[in-house]
Amino acid sequence: MLLDKILEKYPQQEDSLLEILLAFQDAKINHFISEDEVRQIASYLHISEAKVCSVLSFYTFFRTENKGKHVIQVCGGVPCHVESDFNVAKTLEKELGIKVNETTENQQFTLEYTSCIGLCDEAPAMRIDDKVYTKLTPNKIKAILAEYRVYM
Amino acid sequence: MKETKIISRRFDRINPVSLDDYLKTEGYTGLTKALKMERISIIEEVEASYLRGRGGAGFPTHIKMMGLAKETNLPKYIICNADEGEPGNFKDKALLEKDPFAVIEGMTIMAYATGATHGFIYIRGEYQEAMSIMHECLKKAREEGYLGKGIRNTKFDFDIQIRSGAGSYVCGEEFALIESIEGKPGRTRVKPPFPTEKGVFDKPTVINNVETFANLPVIINVGGKEYAKMGTPTSTGTKLLSLSGNVKKPGVYEIEFGVSIRDVIFDLGGGVKNDRKIKMVQLGGACGPVIPEYMLDMMIDYERFEEFESKTGSGAIIVIDDRFDLFDILLKTVHFFEHESCGKCVPCREGHTQLELLIRKFNKKEATTKDLDSLESLARVMHQTSLCGLGQTSPTSIIASLRFFRDEYIDRIDHPSNL
Ligand SMILES: Cc1cc2nc3c(=O)[nH]c(=O)nc-3n(C[C@H](O)[C@H](O)[C@H](O)COP(=O)(O)O)c2cc1C
Ligand code: SF4
Ligand code: FES
Repeated sequence: MLLDKILEKYPQQEDSLLEILLAFQDAKINHFISEDEVRQIASYLHISEAKVCSVLSFYTFFRTENKGKHVIQVCGGVPCHVESDFNVAKTLEKELGIKVNETTENQQFTLEYTSCIGLCDEAPAMRIDDKVYTKLTPNKIKAILAEYRVYM
Repeated sequence: MKETKIISRRFDRINPVSLDDYLKTEGYTGLTKALKMERISIIEEVEASYLRGRGGAGFPTHIKMMGLAKETNLPKYIICNADEGEPGNFKDKALLEKDPFAVIEGMTIMAYATGATHGFIYIRGEYQEAMSIMHECLKKAREEGYLGKGIRNTKFDFDIQIRSGAGSYVCGEEFALIESIEGKPGRTRVKPPFPTEKGVFDKPTVINNVETFANLPVIINVGGKEYAKMGTPTSTGTKLLSLSGNVKKPGVYEIEFGVSIRDVIFDLGGGVKNDRKIKMVQLGGACGPVIPEYMLDMMIDYERFEEFESKTGSGAIIVIDDRFDLFDILLKTVHFFEHESCGKCVPCREGHTQLELLIRKFNKKEATTKDLDSLESLARVMHQTSLCGLGQTSPTSIIASLRFFRDEYIDRIDHPSNL
């Protein structure tokens, strides 16, 4: 199983927890961590399930429920805000037919805000999964989405 | 005014993951020299350089080094803080991606001088590119004997592991970061004891910013005294700045301390886009003060920044032109902190919700004089009573705006929306 394979790579110490969660969530197709998996990780590290859950809920990267195949994160930082002459989030909402913090019906996209992602000198910026996109324009956004819709 | 490229001298001029390129450009000459020096003399060079932490607070680096050096509880740790979550900051990302070996060399010098054998680089989870570059460089350094057991055929052992953040801003705070490395939620601890006594895994630990480490090879190479000739008496050396917002040429720039903010914006940044007027400039990031146009002649140095009692010294300069409303910007800032508060102490956990309510009132022109008083006292209480730097510095932009943009508050009270 995928989780077993990942667990194997880490020492059975509490400080491996974040690393395991990050690696596993990244590798798993629908990118979230289920209750069963929490149990398995806790027993591997010899820590309580409550400890695993407290970490899961503290860090915004972790997800405990299904999200879309691709997670789109719009930068909500002030530098991006002042350098956008259009509303990036609204444009995406319109293109996808959903609001921020929602997932499209076909489970392809989830739309979220993120704080600054360190690309303020190429504002406005957004992230889709692990990829970053900068100097956004309404047309660029359409083109990026088209690529995801057709190829990914 | 021109840039002074010291820390950024290799940017875009070498292949960052090539150890050969690094060695050809004076790479590892600092470590080579340091390995021949007495450990204590290395710390004395850093003292003579008067290097201060580049993560924002500006604490003298040599004091932390000496603190770690005198500890005997082994193993000792050093941590490179590459969490860079403060909105508007991206200079550490530039260092990690464009001159990663300089950061590794700096950490190795620090480890040698203080007797640390274990290192961590805590990189924010959003910096995937920086993380893979760092992994590659660490591997190369290990292969060539610059990390690991018996570095450069001495008896000095030191290695570095990368740890990834997971989207939490407060994990940039020292003890929150330590908790995070230990695999726990990033909630700070009560000080003392300080990390130099009881840090990660309860062992002596020093945490420094990425840029602070990158300065060490330079200091060892040129000597502390020579280094201290750059900049101003209280702020020596150079500073990497993250310039963003409504400027023509945003980006990372390196200047000697003592340069004015105006010169950075106009000489390096090319001025404001479409030659609009500057409404305000936010310094340091979300936790920093907003200042009006007439204060732009302020010199960039720690002494000036101390006035704001915040982590202003990280070097972010966010230019905001006159199309923008003060209260919109403040609202975004408060909202950010409300989301990032770890919830451990009351002033910060409850305070941000209240701050947001009050700022929203001004935003909607529904505020009264009483709201102004409440805002003022709440901001001060949070600044004074919060447990960690997040709650202590988050009201800075509001406190500064109450001072420099008071007219706008009064105007909102005098002209409510229903009139
Ligand atoms: C909420 C919060 C976030 C912080 N984030 C960072 C950060 O991302 N990078 C950093 O170097 N320092 C950050 N700091 C400051 C660190 O706590 C610490 O002072 C710094 O890493 C020390 O390094 P220096 O002395 O080299 O500046 C943060 C502090 C607080 C309170
Ligand atoms: S000030 Fe805020 S972030 Fe810091 S300990 Fe208190 S609640 Fe947590
Ligand atoms: S504010 Fe958007 S990347 Fe920094």
